[in-house]
Amino acid sequence: MLYRNHGQSAASSSSVSDRRNRLAAYPRRGGPGRGLVGRDLGFDVTPPPIRLDRVTLRRGGRDVLHDLTVTFTPGSLTAVAGPNGSGKSTLLQALCGSLPVASGRIDRGGMDTRAMALLPQEGRLDRTFPICCRDVVALGWTSRMGLFRRIGREQYAAVDRALNAVGLDGLGSRPIGALSAGQFQRVLFARTIVRDAPVILLDEPFSAIDATTEADLMAIVRGWHQQGRTIVVVLHDLDLIRAEFPDTLLLGSDPCVWGPTDGILTTRVARQARLHNRVPSTIGLSAEDSVVEKAA
Amino acid sequence: MRRALAGCLALSVSAPPLGVFLVLRRMSLMSDVLQHGVLPGIALGAAVGGLSVWAMGTGGMIAGLAVALLAGWFARRTGLGEDSQLAGLYLVALAAGVAMVSAQRGVDLTHLLFGSVLAVDNTALLAMAGAATLTLPVLAVIWRPMVLESLDPGFPTVGGGVWHGCFLALVVLCVVSGFEALGTLMSVGLMMLPAISARHWCGSLAGQVSVAVALAIAASVGGLLISFNVEIPAGPAIVLTAGAIWVVSLLAGPREGLLRAHNG
Repeated sequence: MLYRNHGQSAASSSSVSDRRNRLAAYPRRGGPGRGLVGRDLGFDVTPPPIRLDRVTLRRGGRDVLHDLTVTFTPGSLTAVAGPNGSGKSTLLQALCGSLPVASGRIDRGGMDTRAMALLPQEGRLDRTFPICCRDVVALGWTSRMGLFRRIGREQYAAVDRALNAVGLDGLGSRPIGALSAGQFQRVLFARTIVRDAPVILLDEPFSAIDATTEADLMAIVRGWHQQGRTIVVVLHDLDLIRAEFPDTLLLGSDPCVWGPTDGILTTRVARQARLHNRVPSTIGLSAEDSVVEKAA
Repeated sequence: MRRALAGCLALSVSAPPLGVFLVLRRMSLMSDVLQHGVLPGIALGAAVGGLSVWAMGTGGMIAGLAVALLAGWFARRTGLGEDSQLAGLYLVALAAGVAMVSAQRGVDLTHLLFGSVLAVDNTALLAMAGAATLTLPVLAVIWRPMVLESLDPGFPTVGGGVWHGCFLALVVLCVVSGFEALGTLMSVGLMMLPAISARHWCGSLAGQVSVAVALAIAASVGGLLISFNVEIPAGPAIVLTAGAIWVVSLLAGPREGLLRAHNG
């Protein structure tokens, strides 16, 4: 892999190593997620940290994110929450380089943006396109192999393993138009597995799917986390965030807050995030947890 | 007549695959814009270089590419109002083209707009065959990026807009190369109608392309026979034949056919 071994240098600062200890202590649900993907495909990747420095993102002439400073440390698993229109999807698009920043900068540690796999929101893809699951997943190879190299038997074998890993064995030849929303989301997860990216960005991956599918796909996310990939997931389900995500970035407040999930999602904040459009800035955060501060 | 048949067969092989992608990318209107857009260029080419295939073809290519770029720019800048902008663009282009053609004596507007089998000389045939020869390999090369972009516009691809640009250039090339036989207003018919019909017959992309080519060949042969015997211009004859095939496909096609109660 191209992006290995950036992690150690990044973990040198004390705050990061503290976080690592905390991450190690974080109770994980054991399950089929562990090693499921890793054993099959044999990945070991550690991305460089991704630092956003006073980033402002603009869409349609309006600032959707203002002055955001945040660092996604190598191997972190971060949930991005916030009300609609608070810039969650916009942030993911900026992270993977498909949306230019209006001001500030995103430091990806020299990593190519193609090493960041964005799983787009449901509805961003044309599900009426006449193509079968297997070919959709195979297209995941293009981010690593380029557009013109032959996707051969070996690559298709990996495609089939990925389809197995997401529980779609035997459905490879089915056209995507004939899939349920949950099955289609599994296909996109399989494509992300094939992309083998050190950084994975998921945009509302669990909306419009049932609990079984969510549990299966969450197991895959956990597998990716254990392999040391940096994962950023946009989510609305605060209970899921509390149960599975060590870190949370809460957008829509001013300043945006970021830190360990249990510090960010206090009961009061959670209730406010659900009930109100904006989360007030007076959130009960300890000083160490409040990593993001708006520059005065 | 034989030259026209050979030319239309060449066009039947190259144009429908482009049409399939246009349909899949929800860009059917774009083909309208391009076919109207080439007319001022052809008229200008005729004014500058006389009634030669090369002069008119070059003018048409330049005008078509300019219109494609303009349309792309509109799409980026105006967002929601894209299709109305395109409609405005092609109405203006058509009016300008007709005005420019009418201003010149000795140019038959009907022939330019609707085609004439007798106008297909060796040069025109060469142009149609050449366009087909160029289109198929280029389409094969940009096939994968095109599929990727159509399916998932957000997927990071190397090159970005380049593939789309190549694709539009191919569409312009096919429209321009077909105008001698089919006329500028009709050459898109051979591109779009078989592609739209093919959707009703086949569920896979490769299948749709193959079916579209087969239907286009049938329409070309049938249309030219009608044109030859009934004395109507080749363009409308071929497009009407393709239209009849489309109606049959729409009604009786195995996928989403109107006469099938349960379709898949």
